Amino acid sequence: MSTTAHSYEPVIGLEIHVQLKTRTKMFCGCALSFGDDPNIHTCPICLGHPGTLPVTNAEAVHFGLMIALALGCEVAPRSIFHRKNYFYPDLPKGYQISQYDIPLATGGRLGDVRIHRVHLEEDAAKLVHASTSGRIYGAEASVVDFNRGGTPLVEIVTEPDIHSPQQAEDWLRLLRATLRQTGVSDVNMEEGSLRADGNVSIRPAGEASLGTKTELKNMNSFRFLRRGLEAEIERQQRTVADGGQVEQETLHFDPVSGSLSSLRSKEEAHDYRYFPEPDLVPVAPTEAMLRRAREALPELPLERSARLERELGVPAEQARQFAYNSELGDFFEAAVAADSADARTLANWIANDLVAQLGDHRPEETKIEPGALARLVGMVNGGELAANAAKEVLGVLVKDGGDPATIVAERGLGKAGADELEQIVEQALADNADAVEKIRNGNDKAIGAIVGAVMRATKGRADGGQVQRIIRERIHA
Amino acid sequence: MSSELSGILDHIEKINELDLDDVAPTSHVVTLENVLRPDEPRPSWPRERVLEAAPDAGDGGFRVPSPGG
Amino acid sequence: MSELLSFTGAQAAARIRAGDISAAELFDAYRERAAADDLNAFLWVADAQDEHANAAGPLAAVPLAVKDLFCVEGVPSMAGSRILAGYRPPYTSTAVANLRAAGAAVLGKTNMDEFAMGSSNENSGYGPVLNPWDRSRVPGGSSGGSAAAVAAGLAPWAIGTDTGGSIRQPASLCGVVGLKPTYGAVSRYGMIAFASSLDQAGPLTRDVTDAALLLRHMSGRDSCDSTSIGYPDEIELPTTDRLDGMVFGVPPELSAEGIEPGVREVFEANLTTIEELGGRLEQVSLPHSPHGISAYYVIAPAEASANLARYDGVRFGHRSDSYDGLTELYEATRAEGFGTEVKRRIMLGTFALSSGYYEAYYGRAQKVRTKIADDFRSAFERVDLIVTPTSPSVAFPLGAKTSDPLAMYMNDYCTVPMPLAGIPAISIPSGISEGLPVGLQLAGPAFSENKILNAAYALEQVLGFEGIPVAA
Repeated sequence: MSTTAHSYEPVIGLEIHVQLKTRTKMFCGCALSFGDDPNIHTCPICLGHPGTLPVTNAEAVHFGLMIALALGCEVAPRSIFHRKNYFYPDLPKGYQISQYDIPLATGGRLGDVRIHRVHLEEDAAKLVHASTSGRIYGAEASVVDFNRGGTPLVEIVTEPDIHSPQQAEDWLRLLRATLRQTGVSDVNMEEGSLRADGNVSIRPAGEASLGTKTELKNMNSFRFLRRGLEAEIERQQRTVADGGQVEQETLHFDPVSGSLSSLRSKEEAHDYRYFPEPDLVPVAPTEAMLRRAREALPELPLERSARLERELGVPAEQARQFAYNSELGDFFEAAVAADSADARTLANWIANDLVAQLGDHRPEETKIEPGALARLVGMVNGGELAANAAKEVLGVLVKDGGDPATIVAERGLGKAGADELEQIVEQALADNADAVEKIRNGNDKAIGAIVGAVMRATKGRADGGQVQRIIRERIHA
Repeated sequence: MSSELSGILDHIEKINELDLDDVAPTSHVVTLENVLRPDEPRPSWPRERVLEAAPDAGDGGFRVPSPGG
Repeated sequence: MSELLSFTGAQAAARIRAGDISAAELFDAYRERAAADDLNAFLWVADAQDEHANAAGPLAAVPLAVKDLFCVEGVPSMAGSRILAGYRPPYTSTAVANLRAAGAAVLGKTNMDEFAMGSSNENSGYGPVLNPWDRSRVPGGSSGGSAAAVAAGLAPWAIGTDTGGSIRQPASLCGVVGLKPTYGAVSRYGMIAFASSLDQAGPLTRDVTDAALLLRHMSGRDSCDSTSIGYPDEIELPTTDRLDGMVFGVPPELSAEGIEPGVREVFEANLTTIEELGGRLEQVSLPHSPHGISAYYVIAPAEASANLARYDGVRFGHRSDSYDGLTELYEATRAEGFGTEVKRRIMLGTFALSSGYYEAYYGRAQKVRTKIADDFRSAFERVDLIVTPTSPSVAFPLGAKTSDPLAMYMNDYCTVPMPLAGIPAISIPSGISEGLPVGLQLAGPAFSENKILNAAYALEQVLGFEGIPVAA
């Protein structure tokens, strides 16, 4: 890559769809479904039968207002629905009821990214591959399942304030944590209740203008989002470096192959012929509706982050981590509440050691209880347990659950007593005579081998710092 | 058909003679707002009934040619 | 037998409740006539008494003809279109359900212009309807079947829908009463949609009293229709026989240019009658009403182009037998299923909404709509009701206007401004020209139906219009 390409900065905006956790669909009384048999949650309205009419779900509006307020948006005094017209089998009416130029809310901010707009709309149905072609001539058949059709969606569009794929991932995690706290959605990317598309362009570093943007659709995990954005930015930079121009197009990122492909789908070059939906009347949020939405908002992640810093002395970095990852934050606060251990130490343990053990899992997917972790940390603080041994106990707690004291007793992981330690150190010094010689001659690094030997012999039940001290005492005695 | 359509459009274009700059468009003649439905589930339709009118049903759903890739 | 068939709906209901006549006998008498219909007014006739009929209710199981646009569960409801051939809806429209709840019995489904697009009932996918006054002429449209059925005594009363005049204009051409209520007064749930912001259901009847009776029972707020609002006051059966103290506005824009001389003559005579009954006439301008046709023929096709997008052969209705791929499925199904006028309006509507043209067409048409509504509002500050001829002409011969769509659209000239403004209007038969009926239109502000019905009733008593003898 030439040096000029490196001086291009990425400009990213995100378009997010959130499936709301209401009991019924956006415009009819059918229940929402999760992986059920096809077409068992439908009615003439969500099937688009002739003569049927939509009626707006009050709770969906309430959730929409909650999202708008949580994102600091300005709620429109009056917003209307529009018809977005196109033909596709997953769209029974031949139009989607959405919002266009007078949406529910505009102009908010979450963290360092501004929100352009928030609006309500209905989800499309699902197309699945048919088992046989049967009556359909030519290529293959698909089957339309209308269970999902009509599910309430909130669409959130950001300003192009994001300047790196990592920032996009981090911010999307913050959005997810924020929405999860409000309870309006499961916001699960793998299940499709949180969907993110990215708008990507590049521009010469420091310039204010915007380059041609491409759209990256339907990346269904945080990691794929970041990698997809990385791949697209690289592609655009390469294109420009080679003297080419970025073309406006819609792309799909294949996480397996890491490649980008152009999407020739319903999304391409469409004139949606938006016009105001005549079957629905405007939404004009009253004082009572706004108050109810405001009061329904719990403490949101950014507020939580600030409070953890302020009240529990958690360092800013970790407080942010607990805010962005609300399950982790919940676990932390539960641990603090369960056992009055040192909050800062607990935070460290969770942010570092527990996170390492969790991998991709959420705390509630494992067996560890917040109280158990709190007691574990207490044992370390109280000198009953060495740090290394504690890490081993942590692993057991995560995998099998249980109580730390019991595990320590069962496995004999209690801290090595002074006498036992003296004996082991003696043995180690004897076994590592040349290391001892090196230390006496001023090569302090050689102590590592002896410490290692002691730690192995104690099976990690000694405190590394204490071991070093004893060794030095013996050597220099 | 196209000559008929252009004849119709010619007539319709007479609305261009009007001065409509300060006029708000009417998208709804009723002055209702906030007509909202409680979030109460109502029984969905049995699938057999739903698929009864379908010209081509199968696999529990409505069959269509697969959209082009 | 002919006495049985001579009763109006209200008269028959009263006699049934009093036990003087039998509901079953009345139904059978009409069923026989409807089944023998040579006007092509009916697309479906019940072969047994409607099980929902209730002789004890206000509508006393009196048989009712229902325009094919209304969904009636299990009954063919095809909106006069081949694309819905054989479609039997899984639910019943609220308007029909309301009337059944009041005791009405569904006699049959009447023929109509396809998807309510037309003013002559020549656009039906199932053949044109003939005017009982002269079988070589059109009955008007799009509720031509309902109007012809009532005029020919094939049903005591009927319901239809009106978007640009589709109840009033056929009522005028067939010599019956037709009322388009205030937008929102009658639920649209179950009315196969044409133009959502204009469509309204209403009665077609032999007299004004019947229209009031049907309106009272079919109207009301419906939780299934977000745009329905119901009446603030109950619809009363009219009783006035004088028009003293009422001021009638005559708009020059809708009562002079383009009106046939014979129709004009009847209209002038009607104005004299109004004065004889004590009403006062005043000239009142509706300056934007001449643009009503232009605005209507942008807005209605635009909404229709979206409303008709659901007819794709996937979930119900016609599906083409020959297609290769999804796009062809859509194209072939719709090409086969839709008639010419429907295709024309879908194209017009799609164009009016398309990027680059929206502002010039749909956007402007919405503004013209505002001005038309404002014109009425100003006029009603000075007058109680507005009076015009309903149709510029009497019934014209079949085929006379089919090759000139614009000439056909002009039939709606006097009726189109009211739905654009959402206000109610009635047409009553008010005279004869060249042996064919002429209609008089009365329009009022939103929710002024009681006032309209009273004025219409008073005029009706004096005008003494004679319909076609039932035996004919």
